[in-house]
Amino acid sequence: MRNSTKIVILFVLAVGFVLTFLFTDLGSNWDYVLPRRIMKIVAIILTGSAIAFSTVIFQTITNNRILTPSIIGLDSLYLLIQTFIIFLFGSTSMTLMNQHVNFFISIILMILFSLGLYHFLFKREGNIYFLLLIGLIFGTFFSSLSDFMQVLIDPNEFQIIQDTMFASFNNVNTELFYVALFIMGLATLYFLKFEKYLDVLSLGKDTAINLGVDYDRVVQRLFIIIAILISVATVLVGPITFLGLLVANVAYEFLKTYRHRVLIVGAILISIIALVAGQLVVERVFTFSTTISVIINFIGGVYFIYLLLRESRA
Amino acid sequence: MINVKNLSKKYNNKTVVNNVSLNIKKGKITSFIGPNGAGKSTLLSAVSRLIKHDVGEIMIDQKEINSWKSNELSKKVAILKQSNNLNVRLTIRELVSFGRFPYSQGNLTQEDWEKVDEALSFMELHDIENQFLDELSGGQRQRAFIAMVIAQDTEYILLDEPLNNLDMKHSVQIMKVLRRLVDELGKTVILVIHDINFASFYSDYVVALKNGEIIRQGPTNEIIEQGTLKEIYDMDIPIKQIDKCKVCVYFA
Repeated sequence: MRNSTKIVILFVLAVGFVLTFLFTDLGSNWDYVLPRRIMKIVAIILTGSAIAFSTVIFQTITNNRILTPSIIGLDSLYLLIQTFIIFLFGSTSMTLMNQHVNFFISIILMILFSLGLYHFLFKREGNIYFLLLIGLIFGTFFSSLSDFMQVLIDPNEFQIIQDTMFASFNNVNTELFYVALFIMGLATLYFLKFEKYLDVLSLGKDTAINLGVDYDRVVQRLFIIIAILISVATVLVGPITFLGLLVANVAYEFLKTYRHRVLIVGAILISIIALVAGQLVVERVFTFSTTISVIINFIGGVYFIYLLLRESRA
Repeated sequence: MINVKNLSKKYNNKTVVNNVSLNIKKGKITSFIGPNGAGKSTLLSAVSRLIKHDVGEIMIDQKEINSWKSNELSKKVAILKQSNNLNVRLTIRELVSFGRFPYSQGNLTQEDWEKVDEALSFMELHDIENQFLDELSGGQRQRAFIAMVIAQDTEYILLDEPLNNLDMKHSVQIMKVLRRLVDELGKTVILVIHDINFASFYSDYVVALKNGEIIRQGPTNEIIEQGTLKEIYDMDIPIKQIDKCKVCVYFA
């Protein structure tokens, strides 16, 4: 099967799931239900794309197919920020505090953190693995700190935090949504400048430099783009990077190519399919008694065991 | 011309290359020889901007290496490192087409594909061009990587131990190709090599390094000589003249 055919199949599947999600079980109040569903589906498409896209880039610059951007601790930093706000000001602040303020504080802190990590480590050591290792340590540190504060606060307040701990598309803030869309759009436009380098970067640092890629500069810019996309997606719907590992690897397996133009489009479509299908199952089958993270992690886990078994037999 | 002046490189506090100066002649094969840890690979990596040097200057065609634009330099100098593990699955033809990246930025023109074809025929890879790299033997893989470097069409070709892990037949094959690159296409080849007999047979100039310093450099004939080799390797290596070639008998 040719890759263009595969992409078309994925596209049709994605559109099919989106339409199913939008128009089945509509009921009589469609003028109320439909706009809310459209909002939800756009949020899903947006975050799903951002995660798939940034995971593929991240795996290319690290030359490693089992890493996700969550390894640099952005998810944990987000939870820490949320926990810390409630720890300091109490849960009422969440409703009192302007959501925009929270949104921007979180995004800015997350991006500053990634830039700081990059600046202090990569610049000096020139070794991306060193950066990942320190990121991993920071991530653990952040989650321990959050745990510590969560233990101290009132159980009722903890419930509020718990809501932020799982990705959810059920209450996406409309106004923030447009801001997020705008930021992601800018990041994507900026990315187009570096798109051509990805295939070469996947050959490794030395070969990329040999072929005339200004390695440090290009990797730094890509790193910033990843940080922006991940931060915005996380703030919008909660920690969701788990999805990236799955969809990126399904895309590599399914498309069997090194061309990032194809891989990125494929990964984005797979991501949308996984999220919309997962959301359908959450809403219509389990009637909201579980979260989408659980479903996707379950399916992803099964798929990985299948891959491992198949590889070990071959 | 590549001119290196007072070049030094430290890893942490260990000096790996110490105050090295040399000129590399155009249109010749220059071999870097010396014991392990002499700084040969580091020197080669610095000249090809894979690593940044601390002190000194490297002039490539009268222009300091850091003031070259990365993309322009990649049309001038190509480097092939010794370990080439790829995370992606490529066919030989796809790999070789990457050699055209400096010119095409990924969108290959007719002319680029012609260069790819030339490189494939030069390395006699046409009949296996659609095989995947992970299905090839070490010798074929090495030839595929060299074909990529040829497609890159640079004046200078730098190779870090191109004969690593190859048997005699493939080693000879590679060295003959390098010789042809110089004699037929007028390229300048610089390589790090461990087997001094290959250096003796195929290179025009030899640069001998030890403990980060150049201890001897000159035409091959002057370096492959018992006293000099003793200085480089701390062992007595008898040299026999067979036909017109000097053979070092270093086994005992």
